[in-house]
Amino acid sequence: MSYLELQNLTKHFTKREGLLGMNFTEVKAVDGVSLNLERGEILGLVGESGCGKSTLSRLIMQLLEPTAGSVVIEGERLAGLPHCEIRKRRRDFQMIFQDPYASLNPRMTVFSTLAEAILTRHLGLASDRHGLRKAVSDLMERVGLDSRFVRKYPHEFSGGQRQRIAIARALATEPKLVLADEPVSALDVSIQSQILNLLKDLRDELDLTMIFISHDLSVVRYIADRIAVMESGKIVEVQEAEDLFTDPQSQITKTLLGAIPRIR
Amino acid sequence: MALLEVRNLRTYFHTRDGVVKAVDDVSFDVEAGQTVGIVGESGSGKSVTCYSLLNLIPQPPGCIESGTAKFGDTDLLSLSEAGMRKVRGSRIGLIFQDPMTSLNPYLKISTQLIEPLQIHQGASKSEALERAVAELDAVGIPDPHKRIHNYPHEFSGGMRQRVMIAMALITRPEILIADEPTTALDVTIQRQVLDLIKERQEDLGTAVIFITHDLAVVSEVCDYVNVMYAGRFVERADVKTIFNSPKHAYTRALQKSIPAMQLKGERLYTIPGLPPNLAEDIAGCAFAPRCEVKKGDPRCIDARPELVELEREHWVQNCPGCLSARI
Repeated sequence: MSYLELQNLTKHFTKREGLLGMNFTEVKAVDGVSLNLERGEILGLVGESGCGKSTLSRLIMQLLEPTAGSVVIEGERLAGLPHCEIRKRRRDFQMIFQDPYASLNPRMTVFSTLAEAILTRHLGLASDRHGLRKAVSDLMERVGLDSRFVRKYPHEFSGGQRQRIAIARALATEPKLVLADEPVSALDVSIQSQILNLLKDLRDELDLTMIFISHDLSVVRYIADRIAVMESGKIVEVQEAEDLFTDPQSQITKTLLGAIPRIR
Repeated sequence: MALLEVRNLRTYFHTRDGVVKAVDDVSFDVEAGQTVGIVGESGSGKSVTCYSLLNLIPQPPGCIESGTAKFGDTDLLSLSEAGMRKVRGSRIGLIFQDPMTSLNPYLKISTQLIEPLQIHQGASKSEALERAVAELDAVGIPDPHKRIHNYPHEFSGGMRQRVMIAMALITRPEILIADEPTTALDVTIQRQVLDLIKERQEDLGTAVIFITHDLAVVSEVCDYVNVMYAGRFVERADVKTIFNSPKHAYTRALQKSIPAMQLKGERLYTIPGLPPNLAEDIAGCAFAPRCEVKKGDPRCIDARPELVELEREHWVQNCPGCLSARI
């Protein structure tokens, strides 16, 4: 059984148009997406801006309700579950965002950011200060941060370190699925490779299933096992990462590949 | 003689944490029609270098400590604000990274496009409008007669960057400074914008100073490349030489860390450590803490390395450690 299954996932938005907003038009942001992900697999998701990548990731993360279809995690359909039930399952799927400056609470220290998330899984640690502190520093070391910095605030870190904190925050709930939305596009080249290495190591150590969204195909090629290409709300092509580069099938894939700046 | 000759530019910021030497003794030339790249990580001083030339550095805390920038028979660094206003936007154009924050959201594109023509060339409104429409057409905006009366938010990111390019080039500047013009765009749009800049450059013969952190973009658009690290140039050569036979450890390390250059399955090469804090005095080579040849090695020198012409037209900082490091 695959870990994550998307069954005909669809999201339409209605848009009002015209003088009085009396005309309704439908925008098919995600239009019948079906996809399977095995445990421990990294799926790359690419496409131009506006193709529906972000809406799809919000649907998977249960931040939006699908118009039709469902997300199935370990055989369980999430569509139609009451909110309180989805809330309980939320710690199993976490997200890493593009901008580590915006995704961390500037008023919380690394400790409180991470501790809050750890407690969702290990409530018992709430009264065990020692255990909680140890859990936080273990987590920081896992993502390559010095645990001496535990009382510092996000603004005291560099961009790459902040992205490490964001990754630690995502891992704090011990998720099985991690969705990374452009996690390295805001970072410098030299920092990018550190974060990519880290994500790959974490996948191997923790057997994470990962969806990696990016518009940079060379990054996706490096990290992903399979790549799905999206265009106007639909998945137009899914291939093994290397095959996609050597034998692209759809026009949009060829366009995307042709657009990569190349070192000559 | 080069179109623009920058010599010994030093821009420091006097902050509470000390003097930040953002640009520390930088010299370079720009020939007419040439594309000169400045590459480096964030905080290496790329943008400050260019903003210093146009007097766009907030002073205080910034201060241009020394240097000259000969542009024709004027020195940009000693121009008065009034004199600079005649150059900026007229003889030197600018495109920024984020087209949404650099266009005024309250004004129609038309108002913003014709402003430089009215101010710098004294064009009448109708004449300026006509030229603005032609310029929008030249940067590939469909239906320019109608679109010119739109507001910035009615354009997509790529289209906005096209508007910015039209605006920067409308006065036919001799130099266009492009500060990370494609960083906020996705690949296919990036490709279109890069092609457009090249195309307009060929049409108009404008020289371009291209600031970016993306080496792949550099290899596509630049003729000549300056690699910047910690406020200084560590290597300079034409684009082929930089990519085929880089000499400085930092240039090699940067190239090696590009995911596209590595085999799948292998660990990505990473440069250890972080760029130095520019508020602290750097003794010796600034790259030493991240270099494979460490302090204490006889090859790592105590003196600050200088940029020397190692081979014809190939300038490298003469730190023996960086030159011999096996990266």
